[in-house]
Amino acid sequence: MPQTITLSVTRFDPDRDSEPHPQSYEVPFQEDWVVLDALNWVKAHVDGSVNYRWSCRMGICGSCGMNVNGRPKLGCSAFLRDYLPGPIVVEPMANFPVVRDLVVDISSFMDKLKWVKPWIIREETAVGPGEHRQTPAQIDQYRQFSMCINCMLCYSACPVIPIEPEFVGPAAIALARRYELDSRDRAGQERLRTLTGSDAIWDCSFVGECSAVCPKGVDPAKAIQQTKFESTLGMLLPWGGR
Amino acid sequence: MVEIPTFDVLIVGGGLAGLRAAIAAVSTDPTTSVALVSKVYPMRSHTVSAEGGCAAVLREPDSFDNHAFDTIKGSDYLADQDAVEVFVREAPLEVVQLEHWGCPWSREPDGRISVRPFGGMTTWRTCFAADKSGFHMLHTIFQTSLKYEQIQRYDEFFVTSLIAEDGRCEGVIGFDIRTGEVQSIAAKSVILATGGNGRSFAFTTNGSICTGDGMALAYRAGIPLKDMEFVQFHPTGMPSTGILITEAVRGEGGYLINAEGDRFCASYVPNKMELGPRDIISRAMVTEFEAGRGFKGPYGDYMHLDVRHLGQEVIDRKLPFMRELGLEYMGIDIVVDPIPVRPVEHYMMGGVDADISGATQLPGLYAAGECANVGLNGANRLGSNSLPECLVFGAAAGRAAARYAQSAKAPTANPIAELVRDEERRIAQTYLERPTGYDRVGEIREDLQKAMDQHVGVFRTREGLQEMAAELPRLRERLARAQIDDHSRTFNTELVQALELEFMLDGAETIVHSALAREESRGSHARRDFPDRNDVRYLAHTMAYHRPGEPPRLEYRPVVITDWQPQARTY
Repeated sequence: MPQTITLSVTRFDPDRDSEPHPQSYEVPFQEDWVVLDALNWVKAHVDGSVNYRWSCRMGICGSCGMNVNGRPKLGCSAFLRDYLPGPIVVEPMANFPVVRDLVVDISSFMDKLKWVKPWIIREETAVGPGEHRQTPAQIDQYRQFSMCINCMLCYSACPVIPIEPEFVGPAAIALARRYELDSRDRAGQERLRTLTGSDAIWDCSFVGECSAVCPKGVDPAKAIQQTKFESTLGMLLPWGGR
Repeated sequence: MVEIPTFDVLIVGGGLAGLRAAIAAVSTDPTTSVALVSKVYPMRSHTVSAEGGCAAVLREPDSFDNHAFDTIKGSDYLADQDAVEVFVREAPLEVVQLEHWGCPWSREPDGRISVRPFGGMTTWRTCFAADKSGFHMLHTIFQTSLKYEQIQRYDEFFVTSLIAEDGRCEGVIGFDIRTGEVQSIAAKSVILATGGNGRSFAFTTNGSICTGDGMALAYRAGIPLKDMEFVQFHPTGMPSTGILITEAVRGEGGYLINAEGDRFCASYVPNKMELGPRDIISRAMVTEFEAGRGFKGPYGDYMHLDVRHLGQEVIDRKLPFMRELGLEYMGIDIVVDPIPVRPVEHYMMGGVDADISGATQLPGLYAAGECANVGLNGANRLGSNSLPECLVFGAAAGRAAARYAQSAKAPTANPIAELVRDEERRIAQTYLERPTGYDRVGEIREDLQKAMDQHVGVFRTREGLQEMAAELPRLRERLARAQIDDHSRTFNTELVQALELEFMLDGAETIVHSALAREESRGSHARRDFPDRNDVRYLAHTMAYHRPGEPPRLEYRPVVITDWQPQARTY
């Protein structure tokens, strides 16, 4: 087992640098360390000026998306041992403007998320009478699309985003699909119209990279295909696909 | 002069309590303008890591009295019983509200919300969304919040101080992390919903963002922090990382087994076994370790948590995330392997002193969620009571703050501009413009965390606590002379970490001094030198008041008792 491994980290400070550049750090190799542990070690002991986002370190908060050896990964689930003998190249996620070092600007996603109306569309009723019934089988209809942690790996992997930056993108469409398939939702055409308009499902070239990189087993490509199918059906049947 | 953005209600923190407060505020009065300020994007908030579930009395034969009594007994009688009564009545309505907003609660075959057993609860009352309850609740409420145009988000905005002028709270000062620009956001009322200070310990389930910011902000503004000595250690953390293994593993029937193959809970909580409350199970584990009955590993002693007898079908349906975490972070498959676990810092019962509407002693300032102490959890919180706490008291604070704002006068701008200049100068001079220094912020933080683990853990002594009390000023001194590598204004997380460490040290100070003064053992606070509960002296809340440059001034406030007289706490 090696003593150390080299981490090559993209550095960029817009106040100082005209271009991003790599900086190498020797970090102790530990069998159970992930790239995030290595970055944290660097920041605490070698160079406090390296910047990246993280919080839960257990693959659920979605903060620490980054490109590791060219692949979009969560820093908290990229084990050093899988990249021996190194160096491990750590870069910001592709397809987003870089704010600083490994930190990218995801505000465009926040706008896209809101645009697809990711909430139950239905007249609100009093809570006193209790819950709307929903069977386990009905949950199974949308369950996988509800697992999205908004980590943005799928946007980083998507081949359409660099060409069509306005493309609403895999995660937002998967979340729209999550509500479309929810038995409690009464959106009718309201959300579907958005999805079938410009910058949405028809932009997708169905390469499927989004689903391949998803750390949570969500299949956005399937959500997009299903929505395409349903909207086609909707053209044939005036009351839509439900 | 730059115009200062001004709101009716400003919420610091975008987790479950903060988001619930935001929606409650605009539901109370649709004309309410709300600023939702968070140092992260709301869906990154630590609510996301909650796993096991959310307690609420949904149907017969359960009753409000049962949930109230379980909570009060679990609290070792330090809960304020009026707060508990409000909580148990509101919790079911909140669970249903979240259901209406789309939360994918796990269901019975007939479509009703399912419940599961949990520690310290005498009946099945914990609603859940598999073992990602917090994740689903947070994403559901965050996505729902997007439909309210009145809620304006300030994502990745780090609050450094409260504007507490003229005897009321008028907003916050902080900086947009992306630009580093110090600015104010004014508001007629402010709700703190920033979570706990778990990161002041090294071995914790908490995410890196849990640095007790709101607690310290209130403390510095003169609001007491209540019952800070009560820190919950969850029995089942992953030995290496501290990642949480949910109590639902035991709720679903998992066994805790020592190195001799015994279900040791039989010796400590014979009537509850693995479903004893967290404080007692954690002490049982440490006691077993000390008796040499733990497994030995590279990260110290551990126990086995065994679910093999449940079978793959139950595990995949009810505990899929646990299986995923085991495979990913420990290289084990919980279907065929026992899970190594050891007690881990998890939750702070203590927090900003607030009443059941979330109101603090400072007019216009409210608090909710883990950041607050409304008297619900006493000396030990029951598992699955914190998610409903965020909902019930987040909503209460949102309603109260919105109503307060209706009659409050607008914040006054002139003093605010001066305060912003002072804060800008403080941050620049203390950190950004400091040419050289000694230790890195990360090293000082690690030393705080290790010392807290060592001296303020499951069992405490006067000597250990005194050592920690002496260490804190040294850590502050080191932070004041720290080496700052990053002098940029753009997304400077070293600056954020330095300011967070100030907050963590404030919180740690209240924990340590409150723990030193409480010479008894109650709930999570176990003193080796005072092993018994002492209701004569300490059936009271510890109130820690800030004194600049000195340890806090402590006062005590009697516990509110309605129907349930203190008795011996046995399970």
